[in-house]
Amino acid sequence: MRKEFYITASVKIKNNEIFKNDRSIFKVNRGLSIQDFLKEAYQFLDLSYAKFHKMDVLCKLGIIATTVLKEDYSSDTALVFQNKSSSEVSDFQHQEKLNDFPSPANFVYTLPNIVMGEISIKHQLQSENAFFIAEEFQPQIIVSHTESLLKNNKASTTICGWLEANLNDYYVFLNYIEPQGEVVFSAPTLLENYIHE
Amino acid sequence: MSNLRVELKEKIIEQLNLEDLSVEDIQNDDLLFGDEIGLDSIDALELIVLLEKDYGIKLTDPAEGKEVFKSIETLAQFIESKQ
Repeated sequence: MRKEFYITASVKIKNNEIFKNDRSIFKVNRGLSIQDFLKEAYQFLDLSYAKFHKMDVLCKLGIIATTVLKEDYSSDTALVFQNKSSSEVSDFQHQEKLNDFPSPANFVYTLPNIVMGEISIKHQLQSENAFFIAEEFQPQIIVSHTESLLKNNKASTTICGWLEANLNDYYVFLNYIEPQGEVVFSAPTLLENYIHE
Repeated sequence: MSNLRVELKEKIIEQLNLEDLSVEDIQNDDLLFGDEIGLDSIDALELIVLLEKDYGIKLTDPAEGKEVFKSIETLAQFIESKQ
């Protein structure tokens, strides 16, 4: 019999609004810049994590999303992420400074997997992680990789989903996957929740 | 407080994104790396860039950097010695 896993929590961040399990928990004016939105979200969550202010947009989104998703994590919680634009925002910022004085603090964020390192430090994870780049959301890749980690006891739980930030917009959709629960973890369910307004 | 020391505090807060700190929070003798201000290795690289960009000073000896970046006071004295 096929072993099943379950979606026990989700977080979505879009249009300057944060949703936990489909319920809006924080919202600011859509005209506010993403940096200002993230700063307000940081204060709303009472994060008290000074390093947050040094991070790029992708990392800030990852920290906010995983903090909202769950209060505490087991140290072997795996991370399986996907997006379209990789670390585009930091890449362009770095490119703009190449002819002047490139910033080391900017340069260190020119890889998408840095966000998984920042999340691991924040939540004290020592676990497997993978970041897939795809033109559009491909839940089957996320589901197969997540199930492989859980079935092979490489992780006890997993945070997985879409974590996108580009020069024009952003969209975050992360899920917490466990061996027990009610909503079965599957590609069709993920896709439905991803596009659900 | 000398203008250079205040200026350095302002630059460090802005360029290193130390949003939880104000100029008044940083004493001239506070250790920049360690428990007091808590800068890290990437911040050290940013300080090297800051020295070159804003004061035209190139730091080439890593051992020298350790002493220069000890505090606002040591950093200010180093800049003054080069001007």
